[in-house]
Amino acid sequence: MSAAPRKFDGRGLLVPAGLLVLAELAFWVTGMQSDSLAPPSRVLVAGVNALADGSLILGTAQTLGSALVGVTIGFSLGLGVGIVLGMFRFLDRLLEVAIETIRPVPAIALFPIALLVFGFGYRMEFAIVAFASVWPALILSRAAVASVEPRLFEIARLLQLGFFARTFKIVLPAALPRIVVALRLTVGLALIMAVTIEISSNTIGLGNAMMQAQASLDPARMLAFLVWIGIVGWTLNALMLAAQKRIFGSILSGEAQL
Amino acid sequence: MLDDEATAGPKFTGNIPAAREPGAAHGGIMSPQRAQNPGGTLLQLRDVTFSIGAQVILENIDLEIGKGEFVCVVGVSGCGKTTMLRLLAGLLTPTKGAAYYRGAAVSGPQRDIALVFQDYVKALLPWRNAAGNVALALEPTGVPRRARAARIEALLRKVGLEGHATKFPGEMSGGMQQRLQIARCLAQDPAVLLMDEPFGALDAMTRQGLQDEILSIVALSGATGFFVTHDIEEAIYLADRVIGLLPRPGRIGTSFTINLPRPRDQLTTREHPEFLRLRRELLDFVKAHEA
Repeated sequence: MSAAPRKFDGRGLLVPAGLLVLAELAFWVTGMQSDSLAPPSRVLVAGVNALADGSLILGTAQTLGSALVGVTIGFSLGLGVGIVLGMFRFLDRLLEVAIETIRPVPAIALFPIALLVFGFGYRMEFAIVAFASVWPALILSRAAVASVEPRLFEIARLLQLGFFARTFKIVLPAALPRIVVALRLTVGLALIMAVTIEISSNTIGLGNAMMQAQASLDPARMLAFLVWIGIVGWTLNALMLAAQKRIFGSILSGEAQL
Repeated sequence: MLDDEATAGPKFTGNIPAAREPGAAHGGIMSPQRAQNPGGTLLQLRDVTFSIGAQVILENIDLEIGKGEFVCVVGVSGCGKTTMLRLLAGLLTPTKGAAYYRGAAVSGPQRDIALVFQDYVKALLPWRNAAGNVALALEPTGVPRRARAARIEALLRKVGLEGHATKFPGEMSGGMQQRLQIARCLAQDPAVLLMDEPFGALDAMTRQGLQDEILSIVALSGATGFFVTHDIEEAIYLADRVIGLLPRPGRIGTSFTINLPRPRDQLTTREHPEFLRLRRELLDFVKAHEA
């Protein structure tokens, strides 16, 4: 997540590649059999198999789909409330206690209730991901709006801009870079939440596929899914980062490249 | 100006006798020169006090600014210069007394009162290019989109930014950004230009160039100017009248009429004996109240 675009340096791959080779060698030398570990080569084969039988693609679609639907619901809600609270400080003070009481509830703790209400499947996962996404969206967009240069509000007053002009011409553009950073962080969180729910017992997605592999004593397949989840998370973040830089890079370089 | 003295005089003689001394010592400086109010009073502060909590920022300010007049306010930092300007802009409401514009009490910003801030970086929209920043002032007026482009171009040309319409503020020098802010203010078609140390952050050469441009803009449009600065020479160079503020609480300490011929010139005006005399006069005033 470094700010400056650096040239790709192959030396960074040396350590992980070396560790993989070491792990592979260790398995062949010791002839170890395990229910929880597998040599990298077998993990790779299991991954290719999972891709071939379609379970990898199906799981990815289910997990990403749930995460993105959940984050869309949660982020929009949090964004809307956050912007309003950032613009109207009295509302912020009014709701502060209520928000700070609900916010610390771990989203995953809603799992039993969500299960009762929605049963297994997508809707339960949407709901929990959405709940988890509301808070970073709300807190970060509220902070983004509250940190808009006060001088700009004065200029809006001097030019006698109305509420909508003020919101859409001044506040939102000024807060947008930070809001996009908030979106990127929230999407990452949404993916974590989706996988967590799937692991804890939902019947869809990559997390569930990983748990099935574990239950059937197939560590190579389990690890293949684990590695794939990592790749999906990394790619998602890299895509959002690239989009963010493309949109804001030239205008606001260095402003919000967290 | 005489009105100011008449109303402010009794209040000041009691607590700040020193304020009158520079003028008195040099005789004719406060000579009756009523030329500043040919078009009548446009802006007025009537017995204005402004305080934040228990701290009095400005006390019993009486000030009249005539139509077309150019008034500069000087004073040490923290003496309430900017507060005075913000009261006139309608950004602040007096604790006591009131500000008047065209005879009516000011309750908020006016469409034809423009304010140029010192910190142009914060006052421009970094996500809009030069034309977009000027457009911000035109959008709420209902100027049709077609006419807007021509108007923006004319305004940018007026401040010397022709050919830079598509540049973003981040790609411009400080002087260019301040020109851009001035262009946005001119887009309001202002009858009053309030300026809060607009050239304080610029280098000397750029500053002199912009001083002359402000003077020619004001001369052409007939706008009234209210200019806050801590640069005494700048104040004399620009103004029809210079007002010296005294700090804690901020109050009017002195008022000088500037009788230098117009149009002013960076070389001859600054070498004019009257310029040097006024400069001495104002420096004495500032020195006398520094401690």
